[in-house]
Order: sequence, then C-alpha cells, then structure tokens
Amino acid sequence: MKPTFGIVTFPGSNCDYDAYYAVKKVLDYEAQFIWHKEKSFNGVDAIILPGGFSYGDYLRTGAIAKFSPIMEHVVNFAEKGGIILGICNGFQILLESGLLPGTMQVNESLKFVCKDIYLKVENRDTPFTNKIENDTIKIPIKHGEGNYYADVKTVTELEKNGQIVFRYASKNGKVSNQYNPNGSISNIAGIMNTRKNVMGLMPHPENACDPVLRKTDGQLIFKSIAQSLFN
Amino acid sequence: MFKATVIVKRRPKILDPQGKAAEQGAKLLGFNNVSGTRIGKYIEFHIDTNDEKAAEKEVKEYSEKLLSNPIMEDFEYRLEKVK
Repeated sequence: MKPTFGIVTFPGSNCDYDAYYAVKKVLDYEAQFIWHKEKSFNGVDAIILPGGFSYGDYLRTGAIAKFSPIMEHVVNFAEKGGIILGICNGFQILLESGLLPGTMQVNESLKFVCKDIYLKVENRDTPFTNKIENDTIKIPIKHGEGNYYADVKTVTELEKNGQIVFRYASKNGKVSNQYNPNGSISNIAGIMNTRKNVMGLMPHPENACDPVLRKTDGQLIFKSIAQSLFN
Repeated sequence: MFKATVIVKRRPKILDPQGKAAEQGAKLLGFNNVSGTRIGKYIEFHIDTNDEKAAEKEVKEYSEKLLSNPIMEDFEYRLEKVK
C-alpha cells in the first residue's frame, strides 16, 4: 500500500515542490498539495510542512503561518496521532504553533548556510527513523535561522524523553561544536514531541532523495514514515 | 481610540546576533565606547475603543500571542488616548 503525503503550501513556501518530487517521483508514494487556506484535508496519511519563507519570515519565522486556516486542522491531526514532518520553515512553524518546544534564532555566524552536513541519529525508535541503520546520515541544510534554542530545563526534558532525534555531527557521529553549523543548543538538528508523531528538523531530507544528486539518505526518513504507517 | 506602542526585547541572557553584528560595525566606525547593543522591535497601532481596560487587554493579548515570542522575548507597551 502506498502512503499519501499531504504537503501544505503557505504563501512563501518554496520547498513544497521539492517535497512533492521526492515523495511522488522518486519514492513513488502518493502526494497532494494542500493550500494553507483549505479548511480540511482528507485521505492523507501524513502531513509535510515544507521549507521556505512563509509570510516572508515577517515578525519571526513561522509566526504568522501558525494562524493560517489549515493549521487548526494540522493541530487536530497531530492530536489524533497523525504523523507530521516539519522541514526547516516547517519546523519553525511547529515551534511557533507550540506543537514542539523551543524556538529558532538567527544563525550564530549571522550567515545563511547552505551545505551538506552529517546528522547523528540519536533515536531510531521513531516513525521517522526506523529504517535508518547507520550512525549518521548525510543531508543538506539551507537556512539563516536554524539556531535552535530552548532553556536548560526543556533541553534536559527532551534528552530524558528521547525527543532529540538528530544532532549535527561528524561523519563518524562525533558531536561537537566544530560540527555545529548554526549555534543550536546541544547541536540539536531535529526533535519530536513526546507522543512521537510530530517531528521537526532543519536539514532537508527531500533534497537528498534523487540518486542523480548522489545522496539518498533523505529517502530513509520518508521510508520510515511509510513503514510506520502500515505496520 | 487609543494609540498603542509596543517594544519587544530579547531577554538579556539570550544571544542577539544582530546586536552583535551592529556593534562590530560600530567599532569599525570608531565608536569605541559603544557596548551592549541589543536590537528589538518597535511596533505601533491603533485600537478602536474608548474603554481603556479593553484596550489594555487587547494590546497585551496581541503582544503575547503574536508580536513577541514568550520563550525568548519580553515586551513593554504604552497606551495613549487619541481622537
């Protein structure tokens, strides 16, 4: 059975087609776009909040997108246990919506960073990582505001509950400042909620799917979601 | 009618990369006495009511729910009656 991914397009989303391409053309799953003004969505097994600059990043990244009509339904979907993957700006929207804890700041370097990085997989027992076998995966990042921040108490909680899914690391999985591209606290690149059905990450798995790009680790995240939906 | 002015500031402990960058620029310009630059947001708007309590409630909620992010920012506001 093929899972159907619903990809929400906000004004200013620019990775929605990349996500569609990865899911539909590369992985041969079903995919449909959901315009942010829609009041409902049907027949969708998982939701992707894609990357981009929703509402021009005005005020704060993701701050205005959280009031788009579709977000109420996205929140309901999450409450019912639906799988939600927020990528980059999608992650920022999940933070602003309160579906995930913490917030994003401008990169410590003040520079927009666009490069391939390695992620240490900190938790494999999730709907997003169950197909990953290696210690690290290689996926690109492309963001100016990916400097994840939460207070010490929240980070301790995340750690304790196994909610930290990915950390920026070396190819061999060494986590240190040297491999932190944006200043994120504790090298955090991706987190999920305690119920394990909502994950946000700054790196772009959809841009590491097509073999023509000579990097396909991103496929593992979508394959993990498919696996978890039908098992 | 009231005119509201809201100032959103990063909490003192939170890093302010923009402030840091501006300060680097200040040093390049020769402002060697400048320190502790922090960049926030200044927002103004009107509230169409004559009830000061109602106006205050609205400015607070607007600031809490949208204009500031309570995880890293504080806000202060001013209300003045206008015609």
